[in-house]
Amino acid sequence: MVRFNVLLLMVLVVCGLGVVTSQHKARKVFQALEMEQERARQLEVEFGQLQLELSTWGAAPRIEKIAREKLRMRTPDSDRGLAAVAGGGSQR
Amino acid sequence: MRRFKGTVAHKFAESPLLQLSLPPWRSRLLALLLLASFVVLIGRAFYLQIVNNDFLQEKGESRYRRDIEISASRGRIADRHGDVLAISTPMKSIWAIPPAATLTPEQNRQLAALLETDGKQLARKLDTDKTFVFLRRQIPPEVADQVAALKLPGIGQNKEYRRFYPTGEMTAHMVGFTGVDDTGLEGVELAFHGQLLGQPGSRSVIKDRRGQIVEDVGSIKSPQDGQDIRLALDSKIQFLAYSHLKQAIAEQNAKAGGIVVLDVRTGEILALANWPTYNPNNREKLSGSQLRNRAVTDTFEPGSTLKPFTIALGLEANKVRFDSIINCAPGRLTIGNATIADAHPHGALTVAQVIQKSSNVGAAKISAMLPAQRMWEMFDNVGFGQLPRLGFPGEVSGRLRPWKNWRPIEQATMSYGHGISVSLIQLARAYTVFARDGDLVPLSLTRVDASFLQGGRVFSPQTAREVRAMLEMAVLPGGTAPKAQIPGYRVAGKTGTAHKLQGGRYANKYVSSFVGFAPASEPRLIVAVMIDEPGAGKHYGGEVAAPVFASVMGSSLRTLGIAPDAPLVVAQAPKPPAPKAKL
Repeated sequence: MVRFNVLLLMVLVVCGLGVVTSQHKARKVFQALEMEQERARQLEVEFGQLQLELSTWGAAPRIEKIAREKLRMRTPDSDRGLAAVAGGGSQR
Repeated sequence: MRRFKGTVAHKFAESPLLQLSLPPWRSRLLALLLLASFVVLIGRAFYLQIVNNDFLQEKGESRYRRDIEISASRGRIADRHGDVLAISTPMKSIWAIPPAATLTPEQNRQLAALLETDGKQLARKLDTDKTFVFLRRQIPPEVADQVAALKLPGIGQNKEYRRFYPTGEMTAHMVGFTGVDDTGLEGVELAFHGQLLGQPGSRSVIKDRRGQIVEDVGSIKSPQDGQDIRLALDSKIQFLAYSHLKQAIAEQNAKAGGIVVLDVRTGEILALANWPTYNPNNREKLSGSQLRNRAVTDTFEPGSTLKPFTIALGLEANKVRFDSIINCAPGRLTIGNATIADAHPHGALTVAQVIQKSSNVGAAKISAMLPAQRMWEMFDNVGFGQLPRLGFPGEVSGRLRPWKNWRPIEQATMSYGHGISVSLIQLARAYTVFARDGDLVPLSLTRVDASFLQGGRVFSPQTAREVRAMLEMAVLPGGTAPKAQIPGYRVAGKTGTAHKLQGGRYANKYVSSFVGFAPASEPRLIVAVMIDEPGAGKHYGGEVAAPVFASVMGSSLRTLGIAPDAPLVVAQAPKPPAPKAKL
């Protein structure tokens, strides 16, 4: 009888330790999940900021300014244009 | 020891003197009472912990459980190609609880430096009876982290969103802006506020001693981010419209102006710009005139741009034909005690020439053949006097008086666009009946995913085609607006030059306008331009507004890759040969 009780006690201790470790592991994993979710939010924010940056750099007024002032581009005169015709060949 | 000899030795406890004869029930009763009180205790414990456990549960949870709000961001506004026009990014606000915020002069100096304010001003803000003050709103998160690192008493921060508008003043009237607490105040931000707004979520968590979240408890209410809005706007066309309008207003020394570009097939608003405008990212010095979205909220007497509608009704009612002769000599017409005059006197004109030369007398004579009721119905059918229902704040219906009160002179002036007022967007929309085959589509701020929409019929296709041909004549040499021509495309359009009403009288100030569409063989775009009070000597629509139309329409058609339907050489008086371009 005593031996059986000691056995049960040992099982109980093992189970108790198991609960503790699994709880610990669960918390670790949960924290990792939290961190990843936080990172996802951060990336979302960064994506937004990059989009904003993209729009700012790619804004039409800026492109026009650079094209005209830095690259010295301009719209060609209409008499220098050629209209492409679908059937092949071109006409002035 | 002798003394004790012979006596019985008694232990103290066994002293017969102390022997009491207690009835046995007393001890039993005591045991029973003890048992009963244990039962009561157990019962109470059972009641508190199992039957009615809410109170204790709550008390326990309040010691480790925290409710966290998960913020949701406002939706983005993008143009038809997905380029961002408005976006929110998280920022921080720094607040203080003044009674708790006792700062040393050194701390005060550090905080003021981080918040970019004056030390004295900061001290004054903290020296109040209020229990809560914002020290600075919407500062970058990095700066907020530095403030947090100072660990100042009574100073806290919270997260909020700041709205950015990368396209700035170019799209200001279209997109609008939000207030500091994320409510839409103008433009699309207000019109679509309900959809853009996010719903914040919440979750309950268990936090450990170090403040880290260790477990979720209860259900999580996930945040709903605001919906993204995809406008019909085309950033490139918007830029072209805005920059050409701005340039023209500077050249003409005008007071204000507006421009609208519509897609003929779907009724989408591809561009809408006004001048003066403002920068939505920096709204410190805003005046009402900058804020006004003139194309939608301001009405004006359109002038000759309404003539095509009168003529179309005349054709529709079979009162006149394309080539009927109207005698416009001697350039004036008296109705009652008022006289209508043409800017340049004409002789006998065909109906087509009435449009081409923009004769007031001709239009008035045609309107005299039409019943007032039919004219009113036609104006009503093309949307004059009705709200455009775009959802824009402050949009107006314009003024179209009931036909029963029209006097003959009023009907005559209305035929050439006086005595009636419209907004630029109404005028642009009304022209869809000519650009299409006589039907009118509703306008759309948002992108339409159909290549063609069927609208409500106003004129027959035959009438629309005939008016289109007349409008094409107006921009050819001999018409009122040869400057509206675009190399490579056939253009149709009509000028408008109207005196402005001031205090009930027509003043010597003008509104010059031009509405047209191209390519005339298969119209794709409508451009409406309005220039208010040009002050550089010229005031005719053909001189002031038509060149803006031509440059915006030409570059927009090229941007959209629409095939030319005319030779690249413009029909006009020969000009000196252009100097050879240097490459």
